[in-house]
Amino acid sequence: MSTGARRALVVAGLAGLGLLAVWAVTGLPDFGHPIGRYGVLAPQVALAKRHVTDAVGGVTFDLRGLDTLGEELILFCAAVGATVLLRAERPGEEEATEESQRVPPRPAGALRALGAGLGGPLLVLGAYVVVHGHLTPGGGFQGGVILAAAVLLVYAAGQLIGLEHVRATTLVELAEAIGAAAFVIVAVGGLVFATAAMANFLPFGTSGSLLSGGTIPVLNIAVGVEVAAGITLILTELLGRALFDDREEDS
Amino acid sequence: MTVLQVVALAAVAVTGTATVLMRDVVRQVVVLGFFGLALAVLFLVFAAPDVALSQIVVGSTVVPAMLLLTLVKLHRSRRDG
Repeated sequence: MSTGARRALVVAGLAGLGLLAVWAVTGLPDFGHPIGRYGVLAPQVALAKRHVTDAVGGVTFDLRGLDTLGEELILFCAAVGATVLLRAERPGEEEATEESQRVPPRPAGALRALGAGLGGPLLVLGAYVVVHGHLTPGGGFQGGVILAAAVLLVYAAGQLIGLEHVRATTLVELAEAIGAAAFVIVAVGGLVFATAAMANFLPFGTSGSLLSGGTIPVLNIAVGVEVAAGITLILTELLGRALFDDREEDS
Repeated sequence: MTVLQVVALAAVAVTGTATVLMRDVVRQVVVLGFFGLALAVLFLVFAAPDVALSQIVVGSTVVPAMLLLTLVKLHRSRRDG
């Protein structure tokens, strides 16, 4: 078949598909209709039974908490998989430390100023979004990615993060493991303290205050820690472990 | 369907097509970041603020950063043979 004939065939087929798509889209009901029964019930149950004002958070971490457990473990497995792959192909320990010690070029002044100015506020914003996940839109995952973005911004502005007495990379790995384990422990706690796994077994409190919703803020914090650490771990492994200042202290 | 929703949909369509039509890979990653932001605005305008919050960071920062770093690793491994 010649090129012209092929092109004509493609155009004719795409035009037909386009007409069918337009016909389908204009026949759709308005956005937001029809309102399903679950959409009406979920906020009512979340507010009345669990005292949370963010229905999405209530559904994600309580009514459908088992799905979120699977999601968290997916992110955990992705971070662990990336770490294993990227560490296995590293040439040798001496060359690895030399490569990670190579200082990148000094970034532009505007970037350094932005990093200095926004690093702290981003941390506060991330912590705020994590902790208020059951009151306002946000939650563990959203706040966790904001925290990971804060770490990346500090690195892009040219500042390596170093800690005394402990290697920062080890701390990040520990944080990810603890976050994932905390989620599973709270899920099992539902099995131990209440009737079923993932059951909400802490007192509910008054809606609108920080201490409400039972296990939901606890799960939010666990997810926030785990997501922040997981994404930071993936980024630092991709950077050849150059995100943190891991020089061995002689203490 | 308000004007804002139509504009958001159009922005997603334009940036998505632009991402596909880019030739240079590094520029494609940058346009992908813009596509992620347009998608975040779309989610916000269609009454999904939780998803929009995730998408703002993931679609504009984390995914393009991971893609760029993977490109660097591929380039370095290809250069080293």
